[in-house]
Amino acid sequence: MATRNPGVASLPVPAGPAGPGGPAARVRGLSRAFGGRVVLDGVDLDIAPGEFVAMLGVSGTGKSTLLRALAGLDREVTGELSVPGPVAVAFQEPRLLPWRRVLANVALGLRVPDAGAVAGRALEEVGLTERADAWPLTLSGGEAQRAALARALVREPSLLLLDEPFSALDALTRIAMHRLVLRLWERHRPAVLLVTHDVDEALILADRVLVLASGRIVFSGPVEVPRPRDRDNPGLTALRHRLLTELGVNTEGQ
Amino acid sequence: MPETADAGLITISEGRAETAVLASPAVDGPFAGPAPAPARAGRRQRRQWGWYRLISPVAVIALWQLLSSAGLIPADKLPPPTTVWHTAVSLVTTSSPAYGTLPGAMLVSLQRMAIGFAVGGTIAVLLALVAGLSRLGENAVDPLLQIVRMLPLFGLIPVFIVWFGIGELPKIILIALGAAIPLYLNTFAGIRSVDAKLAEVGRVQRLTRAETIRHIVLPGALPQALTGLRQSLGVAWLALVVAEQVNANAGLGFMISQATQFLRNDVILVALAVYAVLGLITDALVRLLERRALAWRRGILG
Repeated sequence: MATRNPGVASLPVPAGPAGPGGPAARVRGLSRAFGGRVVLDGVDLDIAPGEFVAMLGVSGTGKSTLLRALAGLDREVTGELSVPGPVAVAFQEPRLLPWRRVLANVALGLRVPDAGAVAGRALEEVGLTERADAWPLTLSGGEAQRAALARALVREPSLLLLDEPFSALDALTRIAMHRLVLRLWERHRPAVLLVTHDVDEALILADRVLVLASGRIVFSGPVEVPRPRDRDNPGLTALRHRLLTELGVNTEGQ
Repeated sequence: MPETADAGLITISEGRAETAVLASPAVDGPFAGPAPAPARAGRRQRRQWGWYRLISPVAVIALWQLLSSAGLIPADKLPPPTTVWHTAVSLVTTSSPAYGTLPGAMLVSLQRMAIGFAVGGTIAVLLALVAGLSRLGENAVDPLLQIVRMLPLFGLIPVFIVWFGIGELPKIILIALGAAIPLYLNTFAGIRSVDAKLAEVGRVQRLTRAETIRHIVLPGALPQALTGLRQSLGVAWLALVVAEQVNANAGLGFMISQATQFLRNDVILVALAVYAVLGLITDALVRLLERRALAWRRGILG
């Protein structure tokens, strides 16, 4: 129950199992440089179907670059990249089109019969039915981020990429969003890659936590505490210290 | 039990959100209220202050009338408001051999304006789309427009007369050119300034190019395009006034040049006032269009 994908090897380089359909994402030797500055330096990563992976790293270590590569937003990466199924992204900012009402935002690019009703059900799942006809600029930060989640999930992705989607929210809203994301993930079972700089967020949500540093994955380990988890759970302490050390933070008083 | 404490927090925050949402249709709750309320308040305030805004123009007209009646302003230089009003009424009701009728002149001028603006505006928007939506188009269209933009509009009149004669054509071309430049510049800049982050959303949602243009590029460019529309209306009215005073045989400008010959300053003032009113009406129409088309911005503008 703690690790939903016990077959996933951990240290030092994760090599996911070739499941029946293969991994939800497979990355080999992925590199990216911006004008001579190497941001990703031969990253290898597998994400199993339905696996919830959190990726930590200090600013500028290429977390977002890796996520953008997986989203198909960066065409100048080198190396191997394979994402067989549909991908959806929720960004740090909700990025709703301000000139389309909330429902139309969720239905954007949705190619199914009766897209409006499907989008409406997605809004219901995130608890935003009442705001379907609202203009995005009238939403609160949490509401806008929930709408962005609905827009991502309505595509039934096999890989859901979350780029620090909770970092701009207040603490209470963030806790509610964590619970919502877990609920949606348990229902829809996409593989998730969550990019975050919040160690506790990673520990509360993920099956497996990665640390990216100097363009490489320097740590990968499972979180072996059953959900729902609390940040004060003693089972998380050892992993938290390990992660903080990997991130170069002095854990004083140890 | 830290875990229950955590869960408690969740319930509080979610519970709050839900009650607010449920309450919104009945009560003007915190989620339903903010958007329309400030707009309504703003309009009410504007209406309330509307009367006060009339005080200064009315005072100036009253002073003008007073000084004229006292003989301090010579009537042949600046006729009093009453005379201008009577002239306006007689120009509307009767046709004079020198000026025709005011509605007739207005119609001629409006027609020139409408044709010129429609032609110039259409070309401007099409060129802005070509330049805005592709680098190839930009390189083909933009340098030329940047050069044309720098040409002095009214300095072109003599050339236009040589090329197109003294009929309607040079006037309409002048208006079209005057209208086209600001509309082109603003629409082009509007298309190019569409948030790259929203364009990425289009890519993530796998929109086709046509869908991206329809859902992201054009709505994103609209605010600035509408600003350009208002600017180009201003330039077009100016171009109309200038064009009509060059070799016109009908219209408001013709009325002004006739009145100049007969030293009828009252007629000139009437024609100028009509220009001003027509300009105000078109500007108000664009502002109405802005309010309709940019309703989504009310949330921030209040």
